[in-house]
Amino acid sequence: MNRYRQLRECSRSVVMVVVAWLFCVGTLVSAQTKNSCLDCHSNLPEPLGVSVETYSQNIHAAKGLTCAACHGGDASNDDPEKAMSRAAGWKGKIERKQIPELCASCHSDAERMKKYNPGLRVDQFQQYKTSVHGMKWAKGDTRVAVCTDCHGVHDLRAPSDPRSNVHPTNIATTCSRCHADAEYMKPYGIGTDQFTNYEQSVHHDAMVVRGDLSAPTCTTCHGNHGATPPGVANVTNVCSNCHVFQAQLFQTSPHKDAFAAMGFPGCVTCHSNHAIKHPTDEMVGTGAQAVCIRCHAEGDAGFAQARAMHDQLENLQSAFSASEEILGRAERQGMEVSQPMLQQAQAKDALLKARVTVHAFSDSELKRDTDAGLAVTRQTHIAGEQALEEWKFRQVGLGLSLFMIALTLVGLGFYIRNLERK
Amino acid sequence: MASPLTSVRAWVDERFHLDEFKTLAQKKKVPIHRYSYWYFLGGMTLFLFGVQILTGALLLLYYRPGADEAFESVQLIMTQVQFGWLIRSVHSWSANLLVFMVFAHMFSVLFLKSYRKPRELTWVSGMLLLFLMLGFGFSGYLLPWNTLSYFATKVGTEIPAQIPIIGHPTLLFLRGGEEITGSTLTRLFGFHVAILPAIATLLIVVHVALIQYFGMSVPPRIETEWQANPAARREIRFFPNFVLRELMAWYVALGLLGALAALFPWSLGVKADPFGSAPAGIKPEWYFLFMFQTLKLIPAKILGMDGEMLGILAFGVIGAAALLLPFLDREKPFNTRHWISGFACVFLGYMVAMTVYGWVAK
Repeated sequence: MNRYRQLRECSRSVVMVVVAWLFCVGTLVSAQTKNSCLDCHSNLPEPLGVSVETYSQNIHAAKGLTCAACHGGDASNDDPEKAMSRAAGWKGKIERKQIPELCASCHSDAERMKKYNPGLRVDQFQQYKTSVHGMKWAKGDTRVAVCTDCHGVHDLRAPSDPRSNVHPTNIATTCSRCHADAEYMKPYGIGTDQFTNYEQSVHHDAMVVRGDLSAPTCTTCHGNHGATPPGVANVTNVCSNCHVFQAQLFQTSPHKDAFAAMGFPGCVTCHSNHAIKHPTDEMVGTGAQAVCIRCHAEGDAGFAQARAMHDQLENLQSAFSASEEILGRAERQGMEVSQPMLQQAQAKDALLKARVTVHAFSDSELKRDTDAGLAVTRQTHIAGEQALEEWKFRQVGLGLSLFMIALTLVGLGFYIRNLERK
Repeated sequence: MASPLTSVRAWVDERFHLDEFKTLAQKKKVPIHRYSYWYFLGGMTLFLFGVQILTGALLLLYYRPGADEAFESVQLIMTQVQFGWLIRSVHSWSANLLVFMVFAHMFSVLFLKSYRKPRELTWVSGMLLLFLMLGFGFSGYLLPWNTLSYFATKVGTEIPAQIPIIGHPTLLFLRGGEEITGSTLTRLFGFHVAILPAIATLLIVVHVALIQYFGMSVPPRIETEWQANPAARREIRFFPNFVLRELMAWYVALGLLGALAALFPWSLGVKADPFGSAPAGIKPEWYFLFMFQTLKLIPAKILGMDGEMLGILAFGVIGAAALLLPFLDREKPFNTRHWISGFACVFLGYMVAMTVYGWVAK
């Protein structure tokens, strides 16, 4: 009876394995959609050639689409005449002016896109039509950027792929291909130094050098599909997406109305747009590097306030550095100063907060933060001084102790010698 | 009119007959020869153990065992308690010197053949004390609850876990659970301040009593020379001559400890974070480094067996052989004495080389 049951179990297992194998093979066969176009085009030179390797890395190919999805025709047919027949809907080369609408035929179709990526937005074409690129394209300008100029064509990859032209680290380079080309941009009358300036900026440093993908690149401020310059009135809104507190303080500051009245573009007035350097305390005040003196002159209230604000920042920075130095010295001498070192973090926080509060352009508000920081640095400095005093005390104590021990040893030596002489 | 001191002495003498002890101490002799300075190592070890007891007792006044309190209490000792830094630094430096001194004493006894008949049990008690000192080092290392000690203890307790059958129960016993937690800390604290000191004190009493009973051993070579030339035999009185010399050595050790504590206060480190990652290149204390480095270098498989487990077993066999060394030293059926010295020489070289290698290796 048991043997019969074992046989039955065994045969059932064999059947299940065979069924599973057939299922896997069937799935693989159906997933590999035939794409006869590559049979010829992979052997053709540019611009008609598309290598198998290039095509295999295309996100559309990965999703099972063939060349026919854009170019029309019948990719399943091995006969080139039939595959590329107008009867089969073959379109041949896609004209530049047709590209946005062709892409939109799928990418604006929510129903269709759900099958591939339910999370992907379907308003790219709508946005494109509101962009400078899109508006010029609508007027028949085919030199402006269309989808494939940024995303690529046959090697089109997902934006999350570091090799994609629209991966955050590559976006600026992609934009610069047109916007840094003086000849190409000539008809539009706009500058071509944006990329060079951006390369010197703190944002580029964060993105490329430090690899922080959340750092801003061209599309962060200008938008991607709806790309357009923010405009004077909206600069603060754009910067405030990341620099929330600075923007809030600026909105309540006397500079808000003054800048608006003079037509100054908010944050950009002091920080520049593409060449945003790492801000320093020297930017505030009345020194040679201060931006305040571009508008304020000796004798006006703003000038005095700028100087006061700079002094407050400098005082806190100096006090912080002095405490760091003395605590570092004590630590190097082996003193236990981890608690005041930890307190230093509070002073550092106060300094960072003060640098944000600068955007309220009020020395009294700034003083609140710098005073809080100075109170901490006073304590940490005292702790550092005490640690160094203690270290000196220990050295003196050690010297005295060693002297006493040496004296005792000499005494003992003499005592033993006398003892053994007897 | 007798002085108060004389009166007190007479009072004590009348009851406890101190003169008998004094006579006994003066009667005891210490042989003097070209290797006599090795005799000081035992006394030095005893002195350092005394320093440990004294400073450890003082640290206990402020130390609080527990994952939430241990680090903070040591920080308090180092920064707020008057001379707390000195006591803790002396305790830490003295612990290291003590382990060094125990090893030096053991090897000196081994090379001078002082373990031979009738001093077998003196050697065995001494070896047990050496193992106990390593136990003190291991259990005390975690007590400040800093990052280094936390992860070193984690690695250290994983090593015995490789032993078949008893490995995992040993790990549970040492850790008080599967992981290093506050339970491990209180457990090792208990070993460090109660169980190990109790056993160590008992063994020290036995060890010292055996030394007093058998007297100082004279190396075989010196003994032969003295037998050939009895006039060359020299001795000094244990009390006060030898004791005063020993006292000088203790003073030197005291000065050294004070200098180390004042010039290189023992660092506190950063509080242990059980969820943090282990610091790169984590290493145990120097006295475990030769074993650690060996286990790191040993191949994963040796003759189809787990390499690390074989390494641990090999150290276990060497430890057991060292414990029973006097019983392995025999003249018949063949003389093993020279083999023991040779093997000890090689092992000492290996220990030093592996410790240096472990120290410089990343």
